[in-house]
Amino acid sequence: MSVNLTIGKAINAGLRRAMEADPKVLVMGEDVGRLGGVFRVTDQLHKDFGGDRVIDTPLAESGIVGTAIGLALRGYRPVCEIQFDGFFFPATNQTFTQLAKMRRRSAGALSVPVVLRIPYGGGIGAVEHHSESPEAYFAHTAGLRVVTVANAVDAYWMIQQAIASQDPVVFFEPKRRYYDKADVDTGASLESAMPMRSARVARPGGDLTLLAYGPMVKTALQAAEADTDHSIEVIDLRSISPVDYPTVEESVRRTGRLVIAHEAPVSGGVGGEIAARITESCFYHLESPVIRVGAFDTPYPQSRLEEHYLPDLDRILDGVDRAFAY
Amino acid sequence: MSDNTAHGEPELVQLLTPDGELRDHPDYPLEISAEEIRGLYRDLVLVRRVDTEAVALQRQGELGLWASLLGQEAAQIGSARALRPHDMAFPSYREHGVAWVRGVAPKELLSMFRGVSNGGWDPAQHGLHLYTIVIGSQTLHATGYAMGVQRDGATGEDGSAVIVYFGDGATSQGDTSEAFNFAAVNNAPVVFFCQNNQWAISEPPERQARVPLYRRAAGFGFPGVRIDGNDVFASLAVTRKAMQQAREGQGPMLIEAFTYRMGAHTTNDDPTRYRVAAELEEWKAKDPILRLRAHIQARGIAGDDFFTEVETEADRLGERLRTECRSLPDPDPLDIFHEVYAEPNTQLDLQRAEFADYLASFEDAGAEGGR
Repeated sequence: MSVNLTIGKAINAGLRRAMEADPKVLVMGEDVGRLGGVFRVTDQLHKDFGGDRVIDTPLAESGIVGTAIGLALRGYRPVCEIQFDGFFFPATNQTFTQLAKMRRRSAGALSVPVVLRIPYGGGIGAVEHHSESPEAYFAHTAGLRVVTVANAVDAYWMIQQAIASQDPVVFFEPKRRYYDKADVDTGASLESAMPMRSARVARPGGDLTLLAYGPMVKTALQAAEADTDHSIEVIDLRSISPVDYPTVEESVRRTGRLVIAHEAPVSGGVGGEIAARITESCFYHLESPVIRVGAFDTPYPQSRLEEHYLPDLDRILDGVDRAFAY
Repeated sequence: MSDNTAHGEPELVQLLTPDGELRDHPDYPLEISAEEIRGLYRDLVLVRRVDTEAVALQRQGELGLWASLLGQEAAQIGSARALRPHDMAFPSYREHGVAWVRGVAPKELLSMFRGVSNGGWDPAQHGLHLYTIVIGSQTLHATGYAMGVQRDGATGEDGSAVIVYFGDGATSQGDTSEAFNFAAVNNAPVVFFCQNNQWAISEPPERQARVPLYRRAAGFGFPGVRIDGNDVFASLAVTRKAMQQAREGQGPMLIEAFTYRMGAHTTNDDPTRYRVAAELEEWKAKDPILRLRAHIQARGIAGDDFFTEVETEADRLGERLRTECRSLPDPDPLDIFHEVYAEPNTQLDLQRAEFADYLASFEDAGAEGGR
């Protein structure tokens, strides 16, 4: 059964399906109840599953993640909505010192299958703290899985996979793409969906590998189409931690060139780590250095400046040109 | 009951005076048999011996660190003996008395402070979560767990409740306030057990709060009470009542056990730099074990044989712990990678394989007479 869904609606449908399948799945966060969340991603869930399973929490992010850990220890599978990327930080202690480490601390006796849903990224003309891309902090923390989606199909399946995972999963949602639509085969089984740990070749090509994730995948695909001189392969990373290196390496060994694009600042970013790894593993296949295209090492600027701050199609093509200059 | 004494200090709930005299309290009746009293005494003595041995083992280099519970035995033993098997307790890192009562072998604690494990026991088996080192973090875990108990419909007269242990320093953490609030808003079956041992490393209570800690609860909408934390009966009776109220749907309660950390914060600490010896002497007069012993003797609940037996048992326990501690094996180097993730992680599997090869390369070199 194919349904045309936006990314936001696809996550909503995925949450609903997970809640129907497993009574232990809970949704919790600020305004996730009657309002359905500020982006309406939890729309109607409160009405259909009730306040015990769709919990409007006090406005305290550490409290949300900390109590979610406790609920998980009791056998529940809480899905926490962090309202905006920039509001996550009060929950860093619970996420980094507790959620990420509980399993190893207990030598496997404890599982904390908590999902943190975080709308992230810019491009919506918002005030400060509503446009950030903090994924590198999470990717640097062992014990967390970090994934992000670029289309409604992945949104529908990967939220269910994240909930089913025994590991804590940070699920980044590309907020400026919430309204992008795609046909989703909601009749298929969860087992038949592509695993969330896998990267996906979103567009095949032979001359250069362009790697992106989340909101930048769309921009990367547009850039690849716009460059009529080269055959550009676009990889949608999907899993930021762990990275599916075999898929990336296979591509780079064919193309010899790699450009990595993300909204987050370049320094200390996810792209830098991938660049270093690929340089080690594919050194003799590379025709050029790995090029990173990302934001500047500044705080996210006022929204009237964000079009200059965020990598766009031209900035990506500039990166592509630099790679071909070698 | 008035909130304050004539001196402006809040009243303590006290059932057993420092002289060992029993006092009835209208709100907290003590229902206890002679056998249970002897059991409490045994607990107090044995867990103090665990502590003494652990400090000595640290001094001998067998442990990396130890956080002594000296002086806090009554607060921990009394409250933990108030729990039922299916209740859940969330400790900080000094709750050796609680661990003792919940059946966690002292060896497991030594294992953690030796650096062999990060805790190691199965929390479900013992009804005791692992030690939490980041101050106050466990208050939220306990609250969330209690919300789960509610959702399971596991409350009620014969149901379950949750208790969380933390210190005076932890009341300054935002997480503790958030836990109070989440618990209150959800009417969660959780008892907040604060051991105010007067010192958060070097900081006294006046650096943490302007009001007595137990009064924090009122602002969140649930009751708080201060008890004599060196009185094992008060700890038992008040915790019993608080847990039963929580089980029966009356929501959270804060118990501030007013006690004293007679030792250092940890074996790395030097309290002579920040507190005077006279203070320690004052608290020695309120020792939790001496007062229970005085009570037992005054009431003839046990004779000299009993005290000798417990002492002998403590000696045997100490000897066993020394042997067990020294024979704890170092973990395998590849344990570094153990249970970081539940599900396959090719990136980490690769690192593990590379490290295994690296380690093996030394073994090969050794066989050939290399380094």
